Amino acid sequence: MNIVVCIKQVPDTESQIKIGADGKTIATDDIKWVMNPYDEFGVEEALRIQKAKGGTVTVVGAGPKRVTEALRTALAMGADKAVLVEDEGLYGADPMAVAKILAAAIKPLTPDLVFLGQRAIDDDAGLVGSALAEHLDMPNLSVVTKLDLGEGSVTAQRPVEGQTLVLEAPLPALITTQKGLNEPRYASLPGIMKAKKKPLEVKTLADLGVDAAGKASVAALNPPPSRAAGKTIGGETPQDLAAALAKALRDEAKVI
Amino acid sequence: MAGVWVIAEHRDGAFRKITFEAASAAKTVADALGADVTAVVLGGGLEAACADLGKYGVAKVLYADSADLTVYSTEGYAAAVADLAKSGAPDVIIFGASMQGKDLAGRLAAKLDTSVAVDCTALKVDGGKLVATRPIYAGKIYADVLVTGAPQIATLRPNVFDVVETGASAAVEKVSPAVGAIKVKQVEALAEEGGKIDLTEATIIVSGGRGMKEADNFKLLEALADALGGTVGASRSAVDAGWRSHHDQVGQTGKVVTPNLYIACGISGAIQHLAGMGSSKVIVAINKDADAPIHTKADFCVVADLFDVVPALTEECKKLG
Ligand SMILES: Cc1cc2nc3c(=O)[nH]c(=O)nc-3n(C[C@@H](O)[C@H](O)[C@H](O)COP(=O)(O)OP(=O)(O)OC[C@H]3O[C@@H](n4cnc5c(N)ncnc54)[C@H](O)[C@@H]3O)c2cc1C
Ligand SMILES: Cc1cc2nc3c(=O)[nH]c(=O)nc-3n(C[C@H](O)[C@H](O)[C@H](O)COP(=O)(O)OP(=O)(O)OC[C@H]3O[C@@H](n4cnc5c(N)ncnc54)[C@H](O)[C@@H]3O)c2cc1C
Repeated sequence: MNIVVCIKQVPDTESQIKIGADGKTIATDDIKWVMNPYDEFGVEEALRIQKAKGGTVTVVGAGPKRVTEALRTALAMGADKAVLVEDEGLYGADPMAVAKILAAAIKPLTPDLVFLGQRAIDDDAGLVGSALAEHLDMPNLSVVTKLDLGEGSVTAQRPVEGQTLVLEAPLPALITTQKGLNEPRYASLPGIMKAKKKPLEVKTLADLGVDAAGKASVAALNPPPSRAAGKTIGGETPQDLAAALAKALRDEAKVI
Repeated sequence: MAGVWVIAEHRDGAFRKITFEAASAAKTVADALGADVTAVVLGGGLEAACADLGKYGVAKVLYADSADLTVYSTEGYAAAVADLAKSGAPDVIIFGASMQGKDLAGRLAAKLDTSVAVDCTALKVDGGKLVATRPIYAGKIYADVLVTGAPQIATLRPNVFDVVETGASAAVEKVSPAVGAIKVKQVEALAEEGGKIDLTEATIIVSGGRGMKEADNFKLLEALADALGGTVGASRSAVDAGWRSHHDQVGQTGKVVTPNLYIACGISGAIQHLAGMGSSKVIVAINKDADAPIHTKADFCVVADLFDVVPALTEECKKLG
């Protein structure tokens, strides 16, 4: 079983995000970078499948040199090898371009299974998975909370609005992960030591014969629309408070 | 046939509300472009419903009455829409950022060699092009995105765009797009317990956090939600404590919700939680700590013990109901 896990490096959720001087990109100086949390589920699932069925787990990332850290974290969790498509300009590229680049890096690995996060927590597009599946000519199963591997096929549970769909696809297939799939392990100290010696291959866009030209651009970045200051509900007793709140919601806000 | 297209979403023979939201938004865009709205309906048994789409601004429906498309599949839908778009050459394609829409967007855009503005909260036309606004970095920043490929694709955050009825009827044209091989098979659809409204579609959400103290206390929130016709959500702390299921988590690593009313009970308002509910229309915070960050985001703040106020509020709401 050849398994590929795509890893995106994203700002830690606590990071303060500031708009850069050009008004179109974010200022990246004060950011702490981590592996996209959803990608941890992919690494974990790949390692569990490898334990049961054997094979190789390769992690693939695209972006600036700093992405090496996220790939090393995945290696420390137990992945066998890593591929970094290194390009300083890639953070900020159109997800559709990222999908093309990842496809070029992944095709030679001839995977049976490809894992991605259901969405990256920085720009939340969630486009890369199904676009990559198209480029790899694989079926895709999105936002998966349970996965069972059969002989040459996978069965997945995918929660949608008010239902959970049970989907089946032949291998090779592409899966995007959702919380609930598993509990990702932490990298152990011996794991971290071992990771330093694991192979990490660096490629350029030129090596792969692709470019980062996208089909979308950011016209402007703005702070979120401000909300009017809130109103504190007054009252002596819980009943007073409840009555005043219900009145405000009905008469002022008109939402009940 | 250039113009603005809407991809309809349906379940059990009826269109979902997001379809009407997308059609209404598409009408505004089409008006600004001096174009018409065309709806693409894929799947069997929807003939009667198709003409009704006129009510929401749709001039024409392309209806592919095909058994292969009755159940949504990424491959089938992407192939069919791409095939129709190649001959129809729409300028813009709009659909919901529902679970289905999010899944379709990437594959469709890859087939058409274009890109997508995902999960948009506002649309405008500037210089004959659609410019879409979408929250990024968990709502810390809003980006105005211009898709430079053609067609321009945008998906809309559910429950943000108003449904506008105009009262007309749409012309229905039958089409037979190429569908190709569909490798993914839907084995079954398991209904969620209690048939409750999904958080992403709920108009009222009552959410609980660590302040609820234990699983059993969520009964209080269930009662309030019942009185209001709402759905119960939770913070990650409540989910991680095992009090609620993963499906109920609101936030950066949970669901992004946009109800008309979000009542946060015993939730502090961590940045990751705000990411999931910050664009709710009206926010109420019930938290006994006056300094809890949730109070700075709320429209109405109640600084009190939730175990006193929530039951009293349920009673008040029953009176109104
Ligand atoms: C028009 C536009 C402009 C942008 N401008 C900026 C900007 O100015 N500044 C900025 O900081 N960001 C910007 N971005 C963000 C952009 O760089 C994305 O991070 C990138 O395109 C990946 O898409 P995504 O995060 O939406 O991936 P998603 O589809 O949300 O990610 C899902 C999964 O795909 C995989 N994946 C995604 N990206 C990679 C990768 N690079 N390597 C390996 N696996 C990956 C991971 O498994 C991840 O969990 C912009 C995005 C768009 C659409
Ligand atoms: C990568 C990452 C992703 C995350 N994703 C999410 C996410 O998707 N969603 C999410 O919610 N969190 C997420 N978190 C966690 C987040 O940082 C917070 O830890 C979490 O939201 C806190 O939950 P809480 O508000 O319920 O609990 P707390 O912060 O402990 O707040 C409890 C509140 O209840 C109040 N309270 C206590 N008793 C009462 C009472 N009797 N009456 C009234 N008020 C009372 C207290 O004053 C307090 O403000 C994430 C964190 C990380 C690092």
